[in-house]
Amino acid sequence: MAVVTYRDALTQALREELQRDDRVFLMGEEVAQYNGAYKVSKGLLDEFGPMRIVDTPITELGFAGVGVGAAMVGLRPIVEFMTWNFALLAIDEVVNAAAKMLYMSGGQYKIPMVFRGPNGSALQLSAQHSQAWESWYSHIPGLKVCTPGTPADAKGLLKSAIRDDNPVVFLEGEMLYNTKGEVPDGEHIVPIGVAELKREGDHCSIITHGKMVLVAMKVADDLAKEGINIDVVDLRTVRPIDVEAIARSVQKTNRAVVLEEGWEICGMGSQVVDFIQRECFDDLDAPVLRVHQEDVPMPYAKNLERAAKPDAGKAIAAIRKVMYLD
Amino acid sequence: MATKVVMEALSPTMEEGRLVKWNKNEGDAVKNGDVLAEVETDKAIMELVARGDGVLRKRLANEGDSSPVGTLLAVIATADENIDSIVGSAAPAAAAPAAASGASAPPPVPQSPPQSQGESSAPPQQRVAGTQGGAPPSAPQRPAPARPAGPPPAPRGNGASRTGAPSAPGGRQRSSPLARRIASERGVQLGGIQGSGPGGRIVKRDIENAKATGGAGRSAAADRLAAEGDFKDVPLTQIRKTIARRLAESNGPVPTFFLTAEFDATRAAEMRAQLTEMGDQYKVSFNDIVIKGVALALAEHPEVNAHWLNDKIRHFNRIHLAMAVAVEDGLITPVLFDADRLSLWEISEKARDLAKRARERKLMPEEYTGATFTVSNLGMFGIDQFTAIINPPEAGILAIGGVEEKPVVIDGALEVRQRMRVTMSCDHRAVDGATGAKFLQTVRRYIENPLSLVI
Repeated sequence: MAVVTYRDALTQALREELQRDDRVFLMGEEVAQYNGAYKVSKGLLDEFGPMRIVDTPITELGFAGVGVGAAMVGLRPIVEFMTWNFALLAIDEVVNAAAKMLYMSGGQYKIPMVFRGPNGSALQLSAQHSQAWESWYSHIPGLKVCTPGTPADAKGLLKSAIRDDNPVVFLEGEMLYNTKGEVPDGEHIVPIGVAELKREGDHCSIITHGKMVLVAMKVADDLAKEGINIDVVDLRTVRPIDVEAIARSVQKTNRAVVLEEGWEICGMGSQVVDFIQRECFDDLDAPVLRVHQEDVPMPYAKNLERAAKPDAGKAIAAIRKVMYLD
Repeated sequence: MATKVVMEALSPTMEEGRLVKWNKNEGDAVKNGDVLAEVETDKAIMELVARGDGVLRKRLANEGDSSPVGTLLAVIATADENIDSIVGSAAPAAAAPAAASGASAPPPVPQSPPQSQGESSAPPQQRVAGTQGGAPPSAPQRPAPARPAGPPPAPRGNGASRTGAPSAPGGRQRSSPLARRIASERGVQLGGIQGSGPGGRIVKRDIENAKATGGAGRSAAADRLAAEGDFKDVPLTQIRKTIARRLAESNGPVPTFFLTAEFDATRAAEMRAQLTEMGDQYKVSFNDIVIKGVALALAEHPEVNAHWLNDKIRHFNRIHLAMAVAVEDGLITPVLFDADRLSLWEISEKARDLAKRARERKLMPEEYTGATFTVSNLGMFGIDQFTAIINPPEAGILAIGGVEEKPVVIDGALEVRQRMRVTMSCDHRAVDGATGAKFLQTVRRYIENPLSLVI
């Protein structure tokens, strides 16, 4: 298996799917001539030409709508948002057009489309550019939402998303683009809606997704030194959620901490906790705890930003609490 | 992560234990479940087992020392872990040099258990982080969130901040769903278990420790009694309440009265002699015969096979008959469970085994708890009649005297017969004179017609 960056894994997926199906095209700000704001589309203009790698004006609502129209007439668009913070301007097309078209057309128009781009906070990008949006889109029937945390999952899920006949919201991580990991050679597909147990342990479950997978793995490493073994359940897709994988883990460990990048109220963790209390009530030895961003707009100041973000220390504290160690 | 080894409550009534013998030396590798030491409880000598893996780093008690339940006895940790703070927290025992072997050194005076250990009921060995050992458990810390300027935030409805609250004033026992499920699967009752979670919540490890330390033994025995359909609860009528209150005012907490009867044991003696002639395997004692007769009579008189439970009387359908056994420095009452369903020879064998192991102090807690009624026999000491003290909440106890030849008048003629006297002590709150007397009539029928005991 080759070790590649998360960014290159995404590029591989795009290239392979552009080669595989000529209905697939990529559209967004700076994706062609500039090779993408984060270089995910590097080299694709040269290979596939300006009809399939399309630069757009700074008009999120406009090009998202063009994408939906293209999907309605049989193409398979990939719309890149420079970041998901900018996609707020296009959310009407995502939620009211893409997500509902199949339903409102009585099944006549499927929307085989991917909206993708970096999600969540980076470093000191302040309140308007440091937001994790997965719970917003997961709320909407008609959408699928992928949150890969590793290069292998980024590649495998993006290929599944492009081949899916439904609109898929694909949330990458700016801080993940340079991370490296093994990616299986050849055709590599990760099915949508299937979680992966990234680490096995008996003492406590961490249920997480996206960028926080790396935090969870660090937590598992740190706690292993103390003899505490953690099950790390990477949801990979947050809509649909792999409830069975969550239940399997919690039924084994009897305690869980849900770790996510976004805010507490109505966050992904709220939904995971709800599944746990329904599926695992008699298996719980402690209330499920959540670790998330503090309930504030992201501060700009470095120290405050650090304090506001979820991190390994907060996750370890939560685990020790559900294990009644403190 | 270090594991504290504490004096555990190894019997239901144990308040302190004497460390008889260490089975592991300092520096020995130990695994979860290894026997670390033998501890003499108020009832028996029990094994104290490790609740964690590692190296037995420090022993804090000497052989022969008595320590209250909850006292830190040793520390298990990894070979290079710093355990100073844990050892330091056990000030009293640690102050005495653990290596002191001279008889002149006074044994360390047992101190009260550390506050954090709570009451005397089985505190689990506490797993602690090496860096934080000995620190008192602190309130759960919630990182203070930075909040935007503006009105104070309304309380959030997620309840997370309540998890550390003390138990409800009503005294409801809190337990995790998992703990309740495991307890129900294993037949462990939550009532006698001290929860180690926030607010006294009973969690999984408490159930497991209860099972391991014998707290569950009592529960298992209690459970044996409490199985549905095995008893009938009789609500107290007003007259019964008045009788209970007035008689207790008059005569101690258990208002006892005594019924004495003399049985003719001639036939029983003949049967016993015949059985002995048939061979050793048929040999039974008078005590076995009496136990069998009492068990069968109890089956006919559930109102005597009863517990006084303050707000009700519980009549048991199953007969768990305890027999008092004298041991070196006291007595203990091992139980013949379902005694009415045992054959005379099964009773004989079980009674002999229980008595032997009672004298060797090897009974398990579940073997001497859970009785519905008790018999006490001093006949072998030449006592012809005595009164026994009721073991609450049982409603009665039967004191058996020795069998002896006596002149008795039968149909106007003087005859020499084998006679035995029994005296039943009755808790008058639960059993009235006529009730007890009818029970003794039934016992008499069985003892005087001993073939009914073997058919």
